[in-house]
Amino acid sequence: MGLSAAAPLWGPPGLLLAIALHPALSVPPRRDYCVLGAGPAGLQMAYFLQRAGRDYEVFERAPRPGSFFTRFPRHRKLISINKRYTGKANAEFNLRHDWNSLLSHDPRLLFRQYSRAYFPDARDMVRYLGDFADTLGLRVQYNTTIAHITLDKDRRAWNGHYFILTDQKGQVHQCSVLLVATGLSVPNQVDFPGSENVEGYESVSIDPEDFIGQNVLILGRGNSAFETAENILGVTNFIHMLSRSRVRLSWATHYVGDLRAINNGLLDTYQLKSLDGLLESDLRDLAILKDSKGKFHVTLKFFLEEASTNQSADAITLPQDDNDNFAMRVPYDRVIRCLGWNFDFSIFNKSLRLNSGNAFGKKYPLIRASYESKGSRGLFILGTASHSVDYRKSAGGFIHGFRYTVRAVHRLLEHRHHSVAWPATELPITQLTSSIVRRVNEASGLYQMFGVLADVILLKENAMAFEYLEEFPIQMLAQLETLTGRKARHGLFVINMEYGRNFSGPDKDVFFDDRSVGHTEDAWQSNFLHPVIYYYRYLPTEQEVRFRPAHWPLPRPTAIHHIVEDFLTDWTAPIGHILPLRRFLENCLDTDLRSFYAESCFLFALTRQKLPPFCQQGYLRMQGLVSTESLRQHRVESRLLRDDAPMGRDLEDSSQHPGDQELLGAPLAPGPLAQSLDSNKEEL
Amino acid sequence: MQLQLMMSSGFSVFRVGISFVIMCSFYMPTVDSLLELSPQKYFSTLQPGKASLAYFCQADSPRTSVFLEELNEAVRPLQDYGISVAKVNCVKEEISRYCGKEKDLMKAYLFKGNILLREFPTDTLFDVNAIVAHVLFALLFNEVKYITNLEDLQNIENALKGKANIIFSYVRATGIPEHRAVMEAAFVYGTTYQFVLTTEIALLESLGSEDVEYAHLYFFHCKLVLDLTQQCRRTLMEQPLTTLNIHLFIKTMKAPLLTEVAEDPQQVSTVHLQLGLPLVFIVSQQATYEADRRTAEWVAWRLLGKAGVLLLLRDSLEVNIPQHANVVFKRAEKGVPVEFLVLHDVDLIISHVEHNTHIEEIQEDEDDDMEGPDIDDQDDEVAETVFRDRKRKLPLELTVELTEETFNATVTASDSIVLFYAGWQAVSMAFLQSYVDVAVKLKGTSTMLLTRINCADWSDVCTKQNVTEFPIVKMYKKGENPVSYAGMLGTKDLLKFIQLNRISYPVNITSIQEAEEYLSGELYKDLISYSSVSVLGLFSPTMTTAKEDFSEAGNYLKGYVITGIYSEEDVLLLSNKYAASLPALLLARHTEGKIESIPLANTHAEDIVQIVTDALLEMFPEITVENLPSYFRLQKPLLILFSDGSINPQYKKAILTLVKQKYLDSLTPCWLNLKNTPVGRRILRAYFDPLPPLPVLVLVNLHSGGQVFAFPSDQAIIEENLVLWLKKLEAGLENHITILPAQEWKPPLPAYDFLSMMDAATSQHSTRKIPKCMKETDVQENDKEQHEDKSAVRKEPIETLRIKHWNRSNWFKEAEKSFRHDKEL
Repeated sequence: MGLSAAAPLWGPPGLLLAIALHPALSVPPRRDYCVLGAGPAGLQMAYFLQRAGRDYEVFERAPRPGSFFTRFPRHRKLISINKRYTGKANAEFNLRHDWNSLLSHDPRLLFRQYSRAYFPDARDMVRYLGDFADTLGLRVQYNTTIAHITLDKDRRAWNGHYFILTDQKGQVHQCSVLLVATGLSVPNQVDFPGSENVEGYESVSIDPEDFIGQNVLILGRGNSAFETAENILGVTNFIHMLSRSRVRLSWATHYVGDLRAINNGLLDTYQLKSLDGLLESDLRDLAILKDSKGKFHVTLKFFLEEASTNQSADAITLPQDDNDNFAMRVPYDRVIRCLGWNFDFSIFNKSLRLNSGNAFGKKYPLIRASYESKGSRGLFILGTASHSVDYRKSAGGFIHGFRYTVRAVHRLLEHRHHSVAWPATELPITQLTSSIVRRVNEASGLYQMFGVLADVILLKENAMAFEYLEEFPIQMLAQLETLTGRKARHGLFVINMEYGRNFSGPDKDVFFDDRSVGHTEDAWQSNFLHPVIYYYRYLPTEQEVRFRPAHWPLPRPTAIHHIVEDFLTDWTAPIGHILPLRRFLENCLDTDLRSFYAESCFLFALTRQKLPPFCQQGYLRMQGLVSTESLRQHRVESRLLRDDAPMGRDLEDSSQHPGDQELLGAPLAPGPLAQSLDSNKEEL
Repeated sequence: MQLQLMMSSGFSVFRVGISFVIMCSFYMPTVDSLLELSPQKYFSTLQPGKASLAYFCQADSPRTSVFLEELNEAVRPLQDYGISVAKVNCVKEEISRYCGKEKDLMKAYLFKGNILLREFPTDTLFDVNAIVAHVLFALLFNEVKYITNLEDLQNIENALKGKANIIFSYVRATGIPEHRAVMEAAFVYGTTYQFVLTTEIALLESLGSEDVEYAHLYFFHCKLVLDLTQQCRRTLMEQPLTTLNIHLFIKTMKAPLLTEVAEDPQQVSTVHLQLGLPLVFIVSQQATYEADRRTAEWVAWRLLGKAGVLLLLRDSLEVNIPQHANVVFKRAEKGVPVEFLVLHDVDLIISHVEHNTHIEEIQEDEDDDMEGPDIDDQDDEVAETVFRDRKRKLPLELTVELTEETFNATVTASDSIVLFYAGWQAVSMAFLQSYVDVAVKLKGTSTMLLTRINCADWSDVCTKQNVTEFPIVKMYKKGENPVSYAGMLGTKDLLKFIQLNRISYPVNITSIQEAEEYLSGELYKDLISYSSVSVLGLFSPTMTTAKEDFSEAGNYLKGYVITGIYSEEDVLLLSNKYAASLPALLLARHTEGKIESIPLANTHAEDIVQIVTDALLEMFPEITVENLPSYFRLQKPLLILFSDGSINPQYKKAILTLVKQKYLDSLTPCWLNLKNTPVGRRILRAYFDPLPPLPVLVLVNLHSGGQVFAFPSDQAIIEENLVLWLKKLEAGLENHITILPAQEWKPPLPAYDFLSMMDAATSQHSTRKIPKCMKETDVQENDKEQHEDKSAVRKEPIETLRIKHWNRSNWFKEAEKSFRHDKEL
């Protein structure tokens, strides 16, 4: 505090110079962790750092958290669902259907306490984020705009360098780790002739009165474009919507960033020929001309280049001159651009080597699957800006997704800088099936961040115990040991949630007959989100992860199991879900994972040299499961236990070899598949 | 109403098929139990054309008899055939001529309308099979011809040549189950085929049958015979005579002998496949068509009833089949690929089929015995029993269900036991039953609150209480850290834990007198039944570390054994009395009334726990499911005396003597009461073949080698013999009777190999086609049934068959549509 209070004395212009000249005199305030932005991701990270007792500071340009939500979405309706009732008490499960809350230990900080609306108002989000920061006492420096960030090499630093942040007042902050949660703040603009005639989503009027009787052209086909259209649909003559590729409906792609049904009123009027329409063309080929009456005409850039000397709209060739049924031949009163947002790269010095991604993810900074920048160690991108990892796949660009990836980043940092291994529960192997069933039925991180975060089970020697790690970024699987501080020497399971391979896509009919699978043997053809368990005998290498088969989230495993999709996403059916899972685990581990009553264990203990794990870990430790009378009765009826008949009958059927005696219904020898799984193992 | 109508127009009309019969029973008022009527009432119920079986008996005859029980059982099956059954009580007031004079002469009568068809002495109707068989036999008089000699058979055969087929059967006697099966088949098929029945063994022998002691059923193919001098071909049914088998057999007889196809054999399905019979395709080409067809027909006759035979026209086939293959074999099991065979001899075809069918039969036999292991069958006894018991309502209200809101308040407000469980986990739910039993036993007597929390709902609470596996029981006591229960998951041990925890440990004893009461068991009389040993630590007041160690051990052992501490100034009085030097433990064994002392010198808490645990072990215990683990832990061979009931005191004495003489130090001697531990029988069965008379003494080397030795049963269990035997054992002069299997516990069954299924799908690039294909086959199957009902498809040229398929599937779809439409309306 003393230092930051002293800083203004130096005045902005002289500061850098002063540091350079008198390093001993003016050591800038140093933090282990600096978080840029007090939006949902920044606050989420602050929460975890605070809980772990770390030295951190959040820098926020605005006077309160969540400034983006004070203006956006323009029409104030959030499209993240606020499902307040699920019929279940399980708080973790309920987060599967709560897309707005941040993670915390405080049930008062659940979004449902802030809004009753299913699609809440953005102002409630602002209020929520403010309360989140205040209630938890998060350290946020408001009104601090970080204007420039450079790198200062220092061997003593955690990452070999410090991040030097300079704010608008010239105040300098030195950070060991920089966590950027600034979101996407720069409106995306496409440069084409006449683009100056276009109004932007961020500033266009939202009063429908202003559009009465107008012809409107909207550029873009995302949720903001449709949201804008929805607002003025009733008062315009018509709205045309222009974009490069076809509309992507989120219920067909299973990607929440695509067009949500709540916004798609225009599709309805287009398909019912109510004058509104949708067109596909690359914006960069277009030009927009303003005619003498102030109306806008769409033409091709190509025509414009031909007639570069004369810019008058009336003289330029229009497509309809050649092609008199050209779709956009009518003049427009307004053209509105709703083309999304880009990451603000401008504040990062070149030395940070923070680059934008490839063609697909140009709006996002380039990062690894661990959310760390490829250019500089110790620089992490959080929140919406980190969506390049799972763009158009999962929910990492949205609160209900990145709240988990932020937690994952925090866990990585805890291990890297504080030697706190990735949290794990160690359990006996008898709990293996149960621990998986429990997670797939309640875990929200797996459910929201399907295909990105997955649970990992690390087997201990002889597979008698295991460690359960939650929500690890699976693209980093090869580096699991170094990233988590856990050992994966004896094989591992990965529990991922997946949609069917060919189910999702903008052109897919997701309502086709037989879209759901009911039989356990067809589970691998399940289409809706369902748990998939991968078994590896060895930790896959980086090569294997990188060159995995197309459309596979993970490298080819030794064996794979799909838990058949469930209409209620309740995977606890004894025969339909748990039994096939147990068989899979048994065959991977080459052991018997059944549970037994104490009486059976007693019998095994006295008639066999070896005992199944359940008896070893329970009965022999004097924790056997004693059967009640009614269960015993069922046991006899089920023929899983032969009734202990009186002597006479014993003599009759004692013809079997004592050694091969069948103790339970099923044979004990491994079945054919056990071998085939084994042979797979050999091949790999 | 419907039924009546049918009956009046004769039996032949309504015997269309089983499905109709089922409908009948559906429309009829279903009366499951035997009607009891007076004669007058009975005759008033008789309806024209409707058959009725009535048993007339004296009103004062016993209400139950073997015959009545069987008759009662026959009500349901006879009702299925439209025959009502009644018991008519002959009362004095209204005497009917059907009422016999004496009790022994009571009879059953079969009426059709009010016409008497037959009377049966009750001994003819000896059981339900006999009742059904005889009643149907009487009703189907025309449809089923009973014959006694070969001449009769030949006459019938000749009369039907070129007209109808015959089903001839031999049963050893009327009224037996096989007879009933034949009659039930005749009920369904009697209009289509002439049924002929005999009980004459000579007649069967004259047909050249073997194994004449069993029932036989032949299908005489007479309809095809045009030349009257020719004999009808005969096909013997090889399966046992049951209603289902006969039905299946007749279905295969009805199926076309030979069908020509030009489709992918993998896609072809006929009635045979549905009946579990394989298909044999004889591959033919244009050039050799005539010869191939003759061969195929010949094969078809040989395989009639065993397999379907088809002629596969290679030339018009779209799929490729291997060049040299001349026979394609398709098994009835779904998903098994067809086999392409090169067989140059028709006998090879026959034997190939018979060989493969043979395997199937064996499998079926096994199935009869025990359900074949199926991946989808539950083989986890806990999961299965919990599932079977899921509908039983437990008195859960005796335990308090906690939630996130109530948890903390509850466990801090009162001493509580909490069961953490997961509603979907079988082991949890099995234990919940024991837990509820504990609650029942403790109802109103305990200060301890029994609570439970379902971690499937309140995941966070469980995680906060450090519960990561299920089930877990924890005890929350005011001012103490929660304690996890570590005993057996059963009523008895949990009850003991809760009861013993009514006081806190170690108990602080403050006077010599109190100490004596404590050691005698007087002090905690009501707790002695839960802890057969009381431990008292004796310390002089200055031995603070030793006291701390003991207190720690006592706290650790709380809930399992009673511990107390005495460290007053006069402690020497006690230590002298029990010859113990301070610090020391006194162990009071209440059942034996003995008190022994163990010195403690620099003994740490864990060692004290060990000493006490060891002291709890008996010298010659009765081994039970509950206590075996404590003895098993010692890693010594077990010397077990198996006894059917209580142990003979002499044997006990002999073994205890040996224990005292240190002969048994390297062993764990124990005995097993088969009355208390019935599972012991199965253990004996694993050791002996055949079982020797009880008692039997066995030495089981569990931990090294697994050999089992038996003490010779012809020797008396006395000290001298035992010593001698043990010496021989030690010297390696005894032979083991068996070695326990050292098998590892492998997966009981395979899992679905999804990886290969996915590979297969990607290699075929046909993931999207799969549902389509399935649909098509469904339609085809439905088609087939349509064909059968018409039973007119025979040797039709392939094209027409195909067109028909197409038409029918279209028709089927239309029908389906209109059905849906109806539903919507």
